[in-house]
Amino acid sequence: MSIWEYANPKKFMQTSAWALPWVLGATVLCLGVGLVWGFFFTPDDYKQGSTVKIIYIHVPAAMMAINAWVMMLAASLIWIVRRHHVSALAAKAAAPVGLTFTLIALVTGAFWGQPMWGTWWAWDPRLTSFLILGLFYLGYIALWSAVDNPDTAADLTGVLCIVGSVFAVLSRYAVNFWSQGLHQGASLSLDKKENVSDVFWLPLVICIAGFVLLFLTLVLMRTRTEIRARRLAALLARERLA
Amino acid sequence: MIALLTRDLRLAFRAGGGFGLGLAFFLLIAVLVPLGVGPEGATLAKIAPGILWVGALLACLLSLDRIFALDFEDGSLDLLATSPLPMEGAVAVKALAHWLVTGLPLTLIAPVLAVLLNLPVAGYGWLVLSLALGTPALSVIGAFGAALVVGLKRGGLLMSLLVLPLYMPTLIYGAEVVRRGAAGMAVATPLALLAGITAGVLALLPFAAAAAIRVNLR
Amino acid sequence: MMPDLGKYAFAVLASYGLSIALIAGLLALSFWQRLRVKRALDEVEARTGRGTGDG
Repeated sequence: MSIWEYANPKKFMQTSAWALPWVLGATVLCLGVGLVWGFFFTPDDYKQGSTVKIIYIHVPAAMMAINAWVMMLAASLIWIVRRHHVSALAAKAAAPVGLTFTLIALVTGAFWGQPMWGTWWAWDPRLTSFLILGLFYLGYIALWSAVDNPDTAADLTGVLCIVGSVFAVLSRYAVNFWSQGLHQGASLSLDKKENVSDVFWLPLVICIAGFVLLFLTLVLMRTRTEIRARRLAALLARERLA
Repeated sequence: MIALLTRDLRLAFRAGGGFGLGLAFFLLIAVLVPLGVGPEGATLAKIAPGILWVGALLACLLSLDRIFALDFEDGSLDLLATSPLPMEGAVAVKALAHWLVTGLPLTLIAPVLAVLLNLPVAGYGWLVLSLALGTPALSVIGAFGAALVVGLKRGGLLMSLLVLPLYMPTLIYGAEVVRRGAAGMAVATPLALLAGITAGVLALLPFAAAAAIRVNLR
Repeated sequence: MMPDLGKYAFAVLASYGLSIALIAGLLALSFWQRLRVKRALDEVEARTGRGTGDG
């Protein structure tokens, strides 16, 4: 049983139909447990006070904002190379989700930054990179909307995603070069050097899992809608010709 | 390829061809910014590298939709696609034509505008060099953006949204070269990175642009 | 029940509130789009008798 079977829209619809309730349930469970634990049952940080609770939304959202684009890149490559429509539609479906996560990361970051750094915004490398990522998402979504023919749109947005990914990496390094940052370095690394303290760590991991599942839920649901929409357009076109 | 180049250049220099518009726009930016920011010399000197680079970049953006749109509308692009010249070559030639008509003149006129913006003397050479290295990238990246939207009726604004984020690395390194050069600091790193991006973009983006054009011609 | 958020109450509550609102908005939008397309598709499939019954 190869994963490529799901490139078949019918197979995808059948499998996602029974999978979706489970994924949704798992999402609610993880997010519920993670956020409730993080919000109500963790102590304040001695330096950051209660704002540390923002981490349970900010970090998972930021991680998924990037992962969503990576998924779109993979899906775009599969579309360009193997012409599986489900792949192209999954990329289209994921974009608004990625954009929303980027927005959440930026907004929660701003609310966290205000009391901590004394400013709502700073042109720090990480914040700037996320702002640029948001612009990439907007452009991608705009291109999908602007082109009428679905296959043409899929091809053009696929190429845009691939080229955009290269430039996203270039921009990341350029922005790092351009500015020294306020934002703390990576603290979830496995080597535990600058690690987030353990008392915060477990609910955070659960929240990250929750956001991954949330992404999966939304993309599955939205891809199903896109597949239906494509079928709708095909039927309507056939009706017009008949 | 030469024929295509001369044709595009002749079209651009004709009346209504748009030549000079980019330059005029660049000049206007050099006037608008002091009007908006205040005439104080020290402030202008500080932001001059960035303003000159952003101005050049926006002026390039202005003429980008002409690269393919006119040919698309009258069918010349279809003819080009069936010609023995590979589309990648055609894209490269058209980007070259765009650079000769827009990027190169901007690079040459930039020192004059730098006077208006009070750029420190040490920065002039670096200004011209960074623009000379960076504007070809702007033309090719712009060609890619134009190729994506060539099939659309009002693709101009969307093209800007797509192209401007792609301009950011070139802008960052280019402006940084001028800033550091004006301050007498070492410019090797941003200069090398700027050149590297241009080289990479020149080598690879024509393929992406050609693919987009082929999709739009289907 | 509510933990003592101290002077950061606004920052924390606004962050959570806006994030939940954004996610809820995206979910609502996705549900609405799904409903709209499903209805239209069911209608057309009934008309043309070309149902796939893929639920």
